Amino acid sequence: MADSAATDLLLETPLAGLHREFGARMVPFAGYSMPVQYPLGILSEHNWTRASAGLFDVSHMGQAYLVGPDHATTARALEALTPGDFQALSPGRIRYTLLTTPEGGIIDDLMVTRSADPSEDGTLTLVVNAGRKAIDYAHVVANLPDGVTLEVAEGLALIALQGPKAAEVLSRHCPETSAMGFMTAARVTVDGVDCHVSRSGYTGEDGYEISVKAGDVEALVRTLIAEPEVELVGLGARDSLRLEAGLCLYGHDIDEATSPVEADLGFAIAKRRRAEGGFPGAGRILGELAAGPARLRVGIKPEGRAPAREGTEIRDASGTTIGIVTSGGFGPTAGGPIAMGYVAAGSAAIGTPVTLVVRGKDLAATVAPMPFVPHRYFRKQA
Amino acid sequence: MTVYFTKDHEWVRLEGDSALVGITDYAQSQLGDVVYVELPEVGKTFAKGDEAAVVESVKAASDVYAPVSGLVIAVNAKLADAPGTINEAAEGDGWFMKLTLTEPGELENLLDETAYKAFVETL
Repeated sequence: MADSAATDLLLETPLAGLHREFGARMVPFAGYSMPVQYPLGILSEHNWTRASAGLFDVSHMGQAYLVGPDHATTARALEALTPGDFQALSPGRIRYTLLTTPEGGIIDDLMVTRSADPSEDGTLTLVVNAGRKAIDYAHVVANLPDGVTLEVAEGLALIALQGPKAAEVLSRHCPETSAMGFMTAARVTVDGVDCHVSRSGYTGEDGYEISVKAGDVEALVRTLIAEPEVELVGLGARDSLRLEAGLCLYGHDIDEATSPVEADLGFAIAKRRRAEGGFPGAGRILGELAAGPARLRVGIKPEGRAPAREGTEIRDASGTTIGIVTSGGFGPTAGGPIAMGYVAAGSAAIGTPVTLVVRGKDLAATVAPMPFVPHRYFRKQA
Repeated sequence: MTVYFTKDHEWVRLEGDSALVGITDYAQSQLGDVVYVELPEVGKTFAKGDEAAVVESVKAASDVYAPVSGLVIAVNAKLADAPGTINEAAEGDGWFMKLTLTEPGELENLLDETAYKAFVETL
């Protein structure tokens, strides 16, 4: 039962020493040695994030800048690779988008931010998955027009502060963050340290992602975890939190074989792009939007207490295989097992009874609405 | 009271001609929070090394092997509603099943507590 993975040849984040000091159990993840949990344990770290505020090291993720002469030029360069509308992205705003293949698959999902600072107009900041950095960067660079370049940000750390107490905590060190709207970003100073703060996250809770110089991150983390509302939270709870929030994990729920429509990520296909097309895979993706996909990512709620893990076969009432679980486990806040996966479109309606094959035994389940736990993102009052 | 251990982190506690079986405290600490246990049916027989139960933590599912050959005469039904008992008392109230030993001689090849503790120190 012991973890036996080799820990040499793994990269470390600037917080590796702090993780060890706080008793983290380190595991290999996307080429990095990362904390899967601290002594509190995954269940308590999960519950703490839902009740108060969790602090996550996500410095393994890729941060890069797409730089062009003006916003329209840079936005068009990114639109050639994604189905998003970046020309319409306002300063200081963030969009979730997808790099798509010519066949309509997903190379990666990423966050794109337009700087609020007019002097940085023409720059879009990209945050991509750790395990896809090399592939994403090569793909973007190979497809950029003259005059637009990709600059990979070196020497930056990224942390996330997530949970209902995140705003209260961060406002003690940077008052202006409390008024930031969901999916907006700002360059601010937190206790005098330059940070790029986004009101976004991967837990379904209110919270922030804070990009900061590698040399400054440890002091910032120590400041934040000294607050009584904050505990360090590892990748284990990050996974159960995002699963409850119904959010995709690249390489599991989405990959180069899944289309954005199958993955129920239609919100990432902008209205103007639906009309105009002109993005990789537009043929398949717009066709699926019009006619419906053959299969669809859905939530699945197993009956009883047994979790259904990734790879579990899904059958319909007649015993025919209709799909597969892509993420599954125990949802501490949901109070039982939860999963997501792909099923044939005809079985995708909420409430459809399905059978999961777990260790050779049939386990009754139903197609369930997602998120499993309601999102509690911050909504600015108009 | 005689307790034996395996390198797969199971324990066997002899009680007359039957034995309680569970996973060790070290095993539960490695697994993390247990959320589900699949126990065998009473009346099932196992050869030493057979997959006898499954324990699922928040992280993953792990097999529990029969540390000795035997016939299942009882299972710890309390674990269905309170799987966290395994984290709280792995070597006590968190027992998995009670076996009638069919090959008592197998016990000689298991570790005693001192040897098991020494083995865990090497991990």
